[in-house]
Amino acid sequence: MSHHLLVAAALAAGGRHPGSAPLAAPGSLRTWRGLIGGAETAGIDLVTLDDSFLLRGGAHLDALLIASAIAPATTRIGLVPAVMTAHTEPFHVATGLQTLDHVSRGRAGWLVSTGDARAEAPLFGRRDALALTDADLLDELEDAVVLSRLLWDSWEDDAVIRDVATGRYLDRDRIHPARFHGRFFSVEGASIVPRSPQGQLPVAIEVRTPAELEAAARHADVVFVSAQDVAGALSILREIRDTERRVARVGEPLRVFTDLAVLLEDTAGAATSALERLDEHAGAPLSAEIRVVAATADAVAQAIGSLHDLGYDGVRLHPARLPDDLGRIERDLLPLLAAAGHHQPADAPTSLRSRLRLPRSENRFSDSRGVLA
Amino acid sequence: MTAKRRIHLAAHIPGVNNTTVWSAPDAGSQIDFSSFEHFAANAERGLFDYLFLAEGLRLREHKGRLHDLDVAGRPATLSILSALAGITRDIGLVGTLSATFNEPFELAKQLASLDHLSGGRAGWNVVTSSDAFHGANFRRGGFLDFAERYERAAEFVTVAKELWNAGTDRPVSHHGKHFDVEGTFPVPVSPQRHPVVVQAGDSADGRSFAAQHAEVIFSRHSEFGAAKAFYDDVKGRLAGWGRDEDSLKILPAATFVVGDSPRDAEEKARETALAQVSPQTAIAFVEQIWGRDLSEYDPDGPLPDVEPVVDATVTRGRVRHDDPAVTARAWRERADAEGLSIRELVIALSGRHSLVGTASQIADEIDRAVQDRATDGFVIVGATNPHGLDEFVARVVPELQDRGSYRTAYDEGAILRDTLDLPPLVEGATSLARDGAAV
Repeated sequence: MSHHLLVAAALAAGGRHPGSAPLAAPGSLRTWRGLIGGAETAGIDLVTLDDSFLLRGGAHLDALLIASAIAPATTRIGLVPAVMTAHTEPFHVATGLQTLDHVSRGRAGWLVSTGDARAEAPLFGRRDALALTDADLLDELEDAVVLSRLLWDSWEDDAVIRDVATGRYLDRDRIHPARFHGRFFSVEGASIVPRSPQGQLPVAIEVRTPAELEAAARHADVVFVSAQDVAGALSILREIRDTERRVARVGEPLRVFTDLAVLLEDTAGAATSALERLDEHAGAPLSAEIRVVAATADAVAQAIGSLHDLGYDGVRLHPARLPDDLGRIERDLLPLLAAAGHHQPADAPTSLRSRLRLPRSENRFSDSRGVLA
Repeated sequence: MTAKRRIHLAAHIPGVNNTTVWSAPDAGSQIDFSSFEHFAANAERGLFDYLFLAEGLRLREHKGRLHDLDVAGRPATLSILSALAGITRDIGLVGTLSATFNEPFELAKQLASLDHLSGGRAGWNVVTSSDAFHGANFRRGGFLDFAERYERAAEFVTVAKELWNAGTDRPVSHHGKHFDVEGTFPVPVSPQRHPVVVQAGDSADGRSFAAQHAEVIFSRHSEFGAAKAFYDDVKGRLAGWGRDEDSLKILPAATFVVGDSPRDAEEKARETALAQVSPQTAIAFVEQIWGRDLSEYDPDGPLPDVEPVVDATVTRGRVRHDDPAVTARAWRERADAEGLSIRELVIALSGRHSLVGTASQIADEIDRAVQDRATDGFVIVGATNPHGLDEFVARVVPELQDRGSYRTAYDEGAILRDTLDLPPLVEGATSLARDGAAV
């Protein structure tokens, strides 16, 4: 294990367990300052923010706007909101995320997802959405990422010249229209937003199927995977590397995080019975969707340590109950991970790319052409 | 003695046209968040009702190429307003968002989110987009006939209000000509319930839309006579919609130049105008009307002797209001009569500032316009970013306060609707017009 493990927290309108209580004030900036500011202070590397157009998992605000509102109040933590691709305008998605990168001074990422596109279709009256298959939705997601990457590079870093002699503010030769014409949408012009601090925002995808993994290997930087045990975790990792080779991925390998729902109590017995109560309340066990560790902080630290040993870049912790389990992760779990040498909290402002050990992204249109998928 | 009418001011974040002087020594970045931090902190110090931000959907073009003479590039409206919500406490946050290139469910969710995150300080300047040039960046593409644009915008706002009123409490079922929306909103009812609705269109359809939905009109008529005529016309119609005078605020855009003396202000105004109208900008300005390349003409010489090309689309991404042939004739007559070169004419046409004088003179002018019911206040437009309003706040605001018609503090925890002295919303209403009023 050559690097420290990265620790992400997955935040939503409530805990990951559907049987847990939703956040008391999901609309209040103070709530999000408490959650995300607390995560930063404790040394969590990045947060992902869940979103949906459906009233699912409790009332919730727009994740990109929560991240934008929190950005000025934080300096180190990566902010990775979910932004869906099926019902949105890709131009707004790309420029909104780019703006988050500006206001966070280079800490923005994108958790890209198709959302519950068919269930959400009646909210939009987009008549053809109901007929779209999973494969269609994934194709559209890939197009949205390709387009966004084009727009994020559409301004070279030095496009603004302010040349008084010729009266020119811009060098128009350093701006490159997208001219993207896909099966689902077309976007003709350049971004309206000048290139952002990171240039290319890290793109993350939750991967649960081989098709999703292929899409990730072609277009993403980060994947969130789920495995029930060590054997499963190892085989997914192998599958990821195989897929990267098969699609001839260029540049950096995918950064792989495993998803873990976490419920922490002082004793193993208390944790187990708390989980049983939540499962009963929800009417179904959470472990059907995601690996759940309900245990003491010591036991969870050991479980995470063994994933680190397998070669995972990071772990994304889903607090089963919010804010309780996030508080325990910060207070009890992170110090144990640090003491065992698995995690090192960041102590200085840095971009999300560099947090993820991704190189600076060169603009594809610049003279010094860089590598870019 | 009756109390004085209260002046309402908004702070316009410098935009992407030649009003914003990028060549000034103190001109900062148009995109770095530090510029927005400075602008917002200064505006909040000046106790403005709200910050106002325009929207960009495509970079402007001139003669088939990107227009490179003006400031270009800006943040996406919703993300930047949300970031500003995080660093301000009292000031309203109003952005332009197209009802043409958005979907009501998504935009309603975003605006309700902004209203929550800002504690009730969100506002929405509803615009309709007019051309296929912008449409080429969007899924729905294309554009609508002028009449249909406002019809769609009105239905858009109605759907949004249905969703905002319902919150997470009950499903909404809307089936209209332009939209079908069926389902439950994921955002709880927000502090203002509806963000404040602002409208900027000047046409008959625009004014009718305003009567149903708008609480603020962002008008072009800042000069006293024109402002008064507009105010009387629009406010005069309100009774017919069952609304009273104070339920709609009219705020014209106003530029300003503050000087130590009237003469100093005139000189500074002249310098600013020269910076705003570079020789290249003067030619480009005339090309917009002439519809042809005029780069061979001398900006310090007379207007072109050739006639304009009718129906030309030399400039894209900008609204054109007038008949070019008529405009060209008028410009020639004026240039001949006053002996103006191309650049001097363009300065005379576009470089005139609304409020020029000492701080005391400007305060008098603003106060008179409000007390005499020519306006409810102004949207103040500075010439540089991000320092363009610093002088206004430091020098003009204290003068306004001395006149007793401008606040000396924000009301604690006020929502934007209260800061603007607007009446409370009627519970459940999707229009501001009284039931049965002619629309």
